[in-house]
Amino acid sequence: MKYFRSHILVCKDPDCVHKGAHEVMDALQRELAAEGLINEIQVLETSRIGRCWNGPEMMVYPEGVHYTNLTVDDIPFLVEEHFLKGRIAERFVETEKALVDEELGAPKSKEIRVVLRNCGKIDPENIEEYIAEDGYQALGKALTEMTPAQVIETVLASGLRGRGGAGFPAARKWSFVAARQGPDKFLICNADEGDPGAFMNRRVLESDPHAVLEGMVIAAYSAGIHQGYIYCRAEYPIAVKTLNIAIQQARALGLLGENILGSGFSFDLEVRMGAGAFVCGEETALMASIEGKRGEPRPRPPFPADSGLWGKPSNVNNVETYANVPQIILKGADWYASLGNEKSKGTKTFAIAGDVNNTGLIEVPFGISLREIIFDVCGGIKDNKQFKAIQTGGPMGGCLPASHLDLPMDYESMTAAGSMMGSGGLIVMDEDTCMVDIARFFMEFTQDESCGKCTPCRVGTRRILEILNRICEGKGRPDDLDTLDLLCREIKATSLCGLGQGAPTPVESTLKHFRAEYEAHIYQKKCPAKVCKSLISYEILPETCTGCTVCSRNCPVTAISGERRQAHLIDPEVCVRCGICMQVCNFNAIIVN
Amino acid sequence: MVVEASINERVHLAVEAALDRFGAHDDELIPILSHVNHEIGYLPGQALEEIAHALKKPKSKVFTVASFYGMLSTIPVGKHVIRFCESAPCHVVGGRQVIAALKQALRINPGETSADGQWTLLAVSCLGICAVGPAFIVDDDVYGNVTPDQVSAILQKYQA
Repeated sequence: MKYFRSHILVCKDPDCVHKGAHEVMDALQRELAAEGLINEIQVLETSRIGRCWNGPEMMVYPEGVHYTNLTVDDIPFLVEEHFLKGRIAERFVETEKALVDEELGAPKSKEIRVVLRNCGKIDPENIEEYIAEDGYQALGKALTEMTPAQVIETVLASGLRGRGGAGFPAARKWSFVAARQGPDKFLICNADEGDPGAFMNRRVLESDPHAVLEGMVIAAYSAGIHQGYIYCRAEYPIAVKTLNIAIQQARALGLLGENILGSGFSFDLEVRMGAGAFVCGEETALMASIEGKRGEPRPRPPFPADSGLWGKPSNVNNVETYANVPQIILKGADWYASLGNEKSKGTKTFAIAGDVNNTGLIEVPFGISLREIIFDVCGGIKDNKQFKAIQTGGPMGGCLPASHLDLPMDYESMTAAGSMMGSGGLIVMDEDTCMVDIARFFMEFTQDESCGKCTPCRVGTRRILEILNRICEGKGRPDDLDTLDLLCREIKATSLCGLGQGAPTPVESTLKHFRAEYEAHIYQKKCPAKVCKSLISYEILPETCTGCTVCSRNCPVTAISGERRQAHLIDPEVCVRCGICMQVCNFNAIIVN
Repeated sequence: MVVEASINERVHLAVEAALDRFGAHDDELIPILSHVNHEIGYLPGQALEEIAHALKKPKSKVFTVASFYGMLSTIPVGKHVIRFCESAPCHVVGGRQVIAALKQALRINPGETSADGQWTLLAVSCLGICAVGPAFIVDDDVYGNVTPDQVSAILQKYQA
């Protein structure tokens, strides 16, 4: 097997091909061969690098450089600059954003990559590259040197907690299923990553699927399970494709299927796709979906270990939980437990979205503070604006203000602060965010995704949403805040599953930390962050306006009038507060009141 | 001379293909529905009937699953379907302006189909590509880092 010092991924999406991607790739391979580099540098096809109309384009790893708008004539220079002289060919670098890899660049300070270690470095469609990075060694060790009980002991000692959000010790769940008799048991991987802002699992599935497969086989071995499913959301077609290829390749090498590595242990699995329902990330709803039903949760007990898929003992874990297992087996429990802090061991991937300079994926040990994550690892707030809040734990999590920035990122601290760890989505918000609007936004999401089975969630979230909508429209009433408090308490206490139980959390946390903003909306009919459309108005400053007419020509509702070279005027009755005029004005003549 | 299969024939063939591929079992219902939805663009009543028949289930049971999942539709859609991410991470990086531009360009609201049957605009939950938000999907094509001024150029690619 060849070891390559660099990988070039050439985009072969229809747009890029239309612009000559085939010819560029051919030129690239010819040039590399001519320079004697073809054995050191691997050229691969890929899709969807990020933008789809700056092609032909390519990504070069390990640097993570994105070259765009390439022609065949550019190739000799590019090869000479980048691969012979070791310099980034600046003139082709994708210029519209400072980042080159939109999601995952080189590790930033304070990162420790366990789950993400191979992402971007290996070809996910080639099992040999995974094996070259110690892949499937852990499986070999587990099957030939350890008993199932020893595997459970090791993973327990490592302190690995479920990474899907609940944080339950992973190996303890396996031990429950291990103790159940009978041949029909199931191992399930929850790849229905639906939290807005979370895309860590997606990246791991697309870039390093074997880490997940290997972890699943080891877990299955420890619990005496022979059949598995990966339930992957339909919005991740590339992940599904990559997984299926990985499964085929693993089977072909005897790493999956009958009598794995000659050990006598058999385990096989298949991918099942979702169909667009956030609630199917809840384990009982997920299992209902695999069974071909509506994704409605059911009460627990009975827990999946007793009665899961088709009523049989089942274990459900998140993608990231499984992806940690091979390294734990290889490097030992002590190594893993040395990362993180007392109760939260190991590392966690996070997907940072929002108003920071470096959005994308990171992996850090537990115990790192929120401040370090935002300002050290992610480069601080964009455009030098002020930090306002960070949402942790997805739509069931809370918003934490600046006063909480020194909290350590771990399970207990997040819960104590009125939020939760969740799956790892972090949304950072700056001073231009309205917290009432954000709470309303999350409630819209949970309302939309509520399965409808239980009244507190189905009706309760709708009532909360109605109140929040009224508040944002300037029709808030004095007793609204008390009603919201009451509704939140009731829905949390009486909902059937985690979706309903967690739905009030964004509202509760913003009421707690940003009550003044709610009060401004209700009592003064003002939106301090100038976001809520009904409470703001756009105004053109007559002394600054040059009458260039750009705004009036772009206004979708023709609310702006004015002669050329005369100050323009916005009609507040017609204006829909879309903000397009302010965006297109070249003279900063438009303000928001 | 090319004879176009009628819509009934197309639906029937799609259902047959799905049943062939997945087998007529209860737990394959969602893959079967997804396959037919992808082929036809939505799930016509005829499809639900034929699937119910093959699975020996009442049509209501099939409908209850078809109407639950966001990526399945029991009502007809336009020639091109735009799925626009309306979740918070896209929202906080300019999603509002992009959806305004889409609504302006298409002259329809989310959930509606244009009068000429060309476009359906749907607001969907997080697509999982938040690092390149605001984002939307047209049919099977993904667009990221979208700004309002790019919207008409993107839509024009599909006017043919």
